[in-house]
Amino acid sequence: MSAQLDTRAVPAVGSSAASARAAVHRTSLHRQRQWALWGSYAALAVFVVMFLMPPFYTLMTSLKSSAEISAQTGSPWLVKHPTLENFWYLITYPNFQTYYLNSVIITVLTVAVSMVISILAAFSLARMGFWGSNVLSTGVFLTYLIPPSLLFIPLFQIVGWMHLINSVWALVLLYPTLAVPFCTWIMIGYFSSIPRELDEAALIDGAGYLQILTKIFIPVAMPGIIAATIFAFTVAWGQFLYPLAYLYTSNQMVLTVGIISDLIRGDVFQWGKIMAACLLASLPPIVIYAFLMDYYVAGLTAGATKG
Amino acid sequence: MAEVSCRRIVKEYDGGVQAVKGIDLDIADEEFVVLVGPSGCGKSTTLRMIAGLEEITGGEILIGGDVVNDVPPRDRDIAMVFQNYALYPHMSVFDNMAFGLKLRKFPKDEIKRRVDEAARILDIAPLLDRKPRALSGGQRQRVAMGRAIVRNPKVFLFDEPLSNLDAKLRVQMRTEIKKVHQTVKTTTVYVTHDQVEAMTLADRVVVMNAGHIEQVGTPQELYHNPATRFVAGFIGSPAMNFMPCRIVEAAGGGIAVHVNDQILLPVPEARAARYRPYMGKPMVFGMRPEHLFEYHEQGKPGWERVDLKVDVVEPMGMETMVHFFLGGDPICARVAPETECHPEQILPLTADMNNMHLMDGDTGKVV
Repeated sequence: MSAQLDTRAVPAVGSSAASARAAVHRTSLHRQRQWALWGSYAALAVFVVMFLMPPFYTLMTSLKSSAEISAQTGSPWLVKHPTLENFWYLITYPNFQTYYLNSVIITVLTVAVSMVISILAAFSLARMGFWGSNVLSTGVFLTYLIPPSLLFIPLFQIVGWMHLINSVWALVLLYPTLAVPFCTWIMIGYFSSIPRELDEAALIDGAGYLQILTKIFIPVAMPGIIAATIFAFTVAWGQFLYPLAYLYTSNQMVLTVGIISDLIRGDVFQWGKIMAACLLASLPPIVIYAFLMDYYVAGLTAGATKG
Repeated sequence: MAEVSCRRIVKEYDGGVQAVKGIDLDIADEEFVVLVGPSGCGKSTTLRMIAGLEEITGGEILIGGDVVNDVPPRDRDIAMVFQNYALYPHMSVFDNMAFGLKLRKFPKDEIKRRVDEAARILDIAPLLDRKPRALSGGQRQRVAMGRAIVRNPKVFLFDEPLSNLDAKLRVQMRTEIKKVHQTVKTTTVYVTHDQVEAMTLADRVVVMNAGHIEQVGTPQELYHNPATRFVAGFIGSPAMNFMPCRIVEAAGGGIAVHVNDQILLPVPEARAARYRPYMGKPMVFGMRPEHLFEYHEQGKPGWERVDLKVDVVEPMGMETMVHFFLGGDPICARVAPETECHPEQILPLTADMNNMHLMDGDTGKVV
């Protein structure tokens, strides 16, 4: 009987010691985790403040009248008498409407052209395995590494030879050269991550290569396509150097250059209108990013791990 | 439905590596043939060449009497089930099964009839609206089979379809595949590395090794009359025991096998004439674990007593596997579960010499 009691006692002591050790370990882990969390939050807070300060300043300035801006009294971060006059001015200003429309047309066409070329190129490079396809896909990426600022002078000659100087069509032609390499690279990575058995199953089911692309690859690779689309959109919407070099009349101008050339007259900076124009110009990217961010991250991750 | 013939087919990759070295194989209409062998033996490559997914370096493949070397996969009238299911992830089960029929412009009514019929055979009717990600492994494999069945092709090709399933589900799906074949009777070529799958499913098994065919035969033929040491070792679980031996003269004018220079086992009279020409040559003695069992006082002709020291005992419930060493070679015996044995014990066993195998030490061929 006593032997039984002894044997019961031993594991009880052992188990309480073990559970105490486990509790200490848990507490220490808990503390470490808490410190890591606080550290992360602090770093993120600095990051968020840094990145949100400029847009906040832009918003505040856009809501001020010219008189309030030039008065230079009170905090520049706060608005005393908020007004929408800058926004109303821009919305009813014909030049601004033209810039906006031109930017939208160029961007939509650039995205469409870039995506068609990129998807077809990526599918053939990733899946059709023709002679030299590996070298070619590396070459596609290398072209992305050439900075656009190096190209705009030689391209000026080509655009001039095509009689497209001061035409939005020059940008529709040129922007895909900036977007296609990277979009193709993203799509190659994404297409490569799709199991090869899917193509083979489709081939046996009776599909041709174009049907495999349209019925299998494009739906399956939609996150990658959205990521590439957002990239092409960003390239076309935010490009500054090329329109500055190739466009010079208001009827062909786009937002990025138009805002500066139209709202800065000599040494007069119309800060309220410039800031309001910047906010209005930022709206499409913000809306698109907000709706498609999840897909964008998924697409970039898949491309990165596979590529 | 159709017969499939491979005539001296060769597959050579860049760099001169030959995966398939000129194999000949005729598969009859409605036959279920399993290609089995270790990794890298060329079985999947052979299947993919039949499917048209790999180009053929040499030889001819005929389906239904027509040479299909240059015919693309979609025009070969075949259906294939892949190891990882290869279901289209963005389509429902119905659309996955209907995809091939839609591409071939079948009328909608006919598509629905065929999909419903396949779903009934495979018991997946309630799953038709689901996406593949909402299915278990077994259900996905059923859908993959359904996709093959609806096409009503000349030939079914299975590329290790059960390898991704757990052991229990694999056994269940094995039965399902056999049942489906009994129902639709389509000529089937099935690739696996699992010899149990091969034995249970096949009308005929093709054992492949290093790019060539070792032996073709029914499961029973391969099991009882293997042509080579490779086949003898590959088919059967646990594997056959192999030991070096020599054929020697025995008392009374007979012959005996001197196994590992340690034990002398008389050869039954019926086999003596066949083995006598190999007298003195280095040979290999083979015996399956089930032909090495607990000693019986009342033996039969050809049953010889062997005493061995037990190394490891593995009780399996309905039988017990006992492992020994003889001259450095491992030996496995299958004894009745009630046989008392423990490590280090000297256990008397019966070697059923009526089921012994003798292989040429140089060529590996069974004599």
